[in-house]
Amino acid sequence: MGFRRYLAQKTAVYAITFLFAVTINWLLPRLMPGNPIEAMIESNLNLGPGEKEILIRFYEDLYGLNEPLWRQFVNFWVRLFHGDLGYSLLYKAPVWDLIRHSLPYDIVILLPAIALSWIVGNWLGAIAGKNRRYDRWMMPLFYFLASMPYFWFAMLLVYFIGVKLGWLPYQGAYDPSLVPGLNWEFIKSFLSHWILPFLSLFVVMIGSWAIGMRNMIIYELEADYVRYLEALGASEKLMTKHAYRNAILPQVTGLALQLGLMVAGAIATEIVFNYPGIGILLMNAALSQDYFLLQGAFLMVVISVLAANFIIDIVYAFIDPRVRASYTEG
Amino acid sequence: MSLLEIRDLKIYYRTPRGPVKAVDGVSFDVREGEVFGIAGESGCGKSTLVHSLILRKPPMFHAGGEAIFKGKDLMKLSEEEARKIRYTELSIIPQYAMNALNPTKKIKDIVWDLAREHGYEDRSEVEGLLRERLAMVKLSPKVADMYPVELSGGMRQRATMVVSTLLNPDLLIADEVTSALDVTTQRVVIELLHHFMEEGIVKSIIFVTHDLALLDKIADRTMILYAGKVAEIAPTEEMISSPAHPYTKLLLESLPKIGVRYKETKLNGIPGYPISLLNPPKGCRFYTRCPYVMDRCREEEPPLVEVGDDHYAACHLLGGENQ
Ligand SMILES: Nc1ncnc2c1ncn2[C@@H]1O[C@H](COP(=O)(O)OP(=O)(O)O)[C@@H](O)[C@H]1O
Ligand code: SF4
Ligand SMILES: [Mg+2]
Repeated sequence: MGFRRYLAQKTAVYAITFLFAVTINWLLPRLMPGNPIEAMIESNLNLGPGEKEILIRFYEDLYGLNEPLWRQFVNFWVRLFHGDLGYSLLYKAPVWDLIRHSLPYDIVILLPAIALSWIVGNWLGAIAGKNRRYDRWMMPLFYFLASMPYFWFAMLLVYFIGVKLGWLPYQGAYDPSLVPGLNWEFIKSFLSHWILPFLSLFVVMIGSWAIGMRNMIIYELEADYVRYLEALGASEKLMTKHAYRNAILPQVTGLALQLGLMVAGAIATEIVFNYPGIGILLMNAALSQDYFLLQGAFLMVVISVLAANFIIDIVYAFIDPRVRASYTEG
Repeated sequence: MSLLEIRDLKIYYRTPRGPVKAVDGVSFDVREGEVFGIAGESGCGKSTLVHSLILRKPPMFHAGGEAIFKGKDLMKLSEEEARKIRYTELSIIPQYAMNALNPTKKIKDIVWDLAREHGYEDRSEVEGLLRERLAMVKLSPKVADMYPVELSGGMRQRATMVVSTLLNPDLLIADEVTSALDVTTQRVVIELLHHFMEEGIVKSIIFVTHDLALLDKIADRTMILYAGKVAEIAPTEEMISSPAHPYTKLLLESLPKIGVRYKETKLNGIPGYPISLLNPPKGCRFYTRCPYVMDRCREEEPPLVEVGDDHYAACHLLGGENQ
């Protein structure tokens, strides 16, 4: 018994979850009403009556959509293991290329927003949990932040800072007249476009981290082991040290789960700022029933969420002896 | 020689409805080399009394009286003076001993964190002592390197007892340490406490329990509290063989048989409930339940009088002048 079995058990659970989730992602778009190819053709071309049917047949053959569902399913897995995510009907490009170009935008916005809001939120929450005077006015503020919808705050930023004050650009990831490259002008444009979407996530996220930390600190500071330390003459500093370490553990889980949502965790934000991440891809794919793109984008989401959960399960066994004890016992 | 002298100590709780007089003018001594038992029904102020010696946090406050420990009044110490005395001179095994150790810290780290704050500088010396003491309570010295979650409840209890006594405190407070335990484990805990005394690790123990039958096995002298007041103080054997206070008598009668296994008694044998500590009656606090109640009892508070050798009780039946 011990860690290896724990690891094997977790791996099996995650593998099954992965298969299941991917299957659902594959199946759901196909259960939606309507035919994506028909939609694509009608929206794009002015065709004569006979030409349309021919084109539909052609594309169905091309994408294998006329085959029975089970065959499509097998094909899907075979291609997947060859790294082939299919071809986007909407963008007319390989899905993997689309994802490859969008993913960096998600990461560049979400990773700093999640990581920094985690640090700042925990810090503010810890202060509030420790100090009643701050708590009294900080808590309502945290709740206000946490209950604010992302898109709403994003729209406030766009309206006031972008439109009214005109301080910062609020559409796209850089000035479209520039060619992306490692030159100062582009970097400047990129950063100025980055600030508002980043802020819109960062500020809202602070609220829930802070609430979580504040509640955990209060809970831990009242735990028996802190009372015991106090009775044995521990200083305030020592009690706080012990309590904080335990309070931060659930926050680490929260962080990992958030990081798992890094792909497509900001659909609303990307729409408001027209920021070209996976979120935009997903939305467009869903609207136009682009099976392959939808599948591909969801696959990324599934992989990142599961990977984050898996990693935290493993890491937790190292940082929290309670978890370790639970698997060595059972 | 008295290690601790409590004189007319009053410890109250501040509440919106007025002070709860949980300990209301209690006096007693704890002598060097003795186990002093404190017994009484749940809610009579036992925990309040002993915890107030270590730490008074709101809503608990000191409303009068003294607690002279080794020549110093514990009630008058500065925050820092009080902190230094804790653990090194005055320590406690809490009621929640099984959960007293931080689950995510190795036991040796918990101990070192505490010892360092009390001026210890040699980590290996402290750890060596810890391993020695763990072996003394029949735990593996390796327990020092383990996390509390890796231990069973009984092992955690013993580990906490080791941690609490590691720095050889003069006075050890044990608050209901046996209450949650089965009879076998109770016996182990009591043997360990005896052992701590014999080895000179602690000079005296205050042993708090609501379980009168247990005191027979451990306490040299016993004090019975009722609703924040002393009912009786006597050598334990004498208290059991010839109790003076009506409350003590009823308590003893309500026990099935001393020394025989029995379930936790809530003293249901005595009719009625303890009075409210928010608004205690001005006479004897026991008069609402006392079978011998007299008119006088409702009006006058009975003083604590000597009724035998080293035997004190507070009841009008026992005579004594009014204060
Ligand atoms: N924080 C508190 N606020 C108000 N009253 C309290 C508080 N803690 C304890 N009390 C009251 O003080 C009395 C004594 O409690 P306690 O010392 O815990 O009794 P025991 O340990 O003998 O069971 C009880 O009546 C209880 O209700
Ligand atoms: S003083 Fe009166 S009421 Fe109190 S115990 Fe004695 S007889 Fe009973
Ligand atoms: Mg108690």
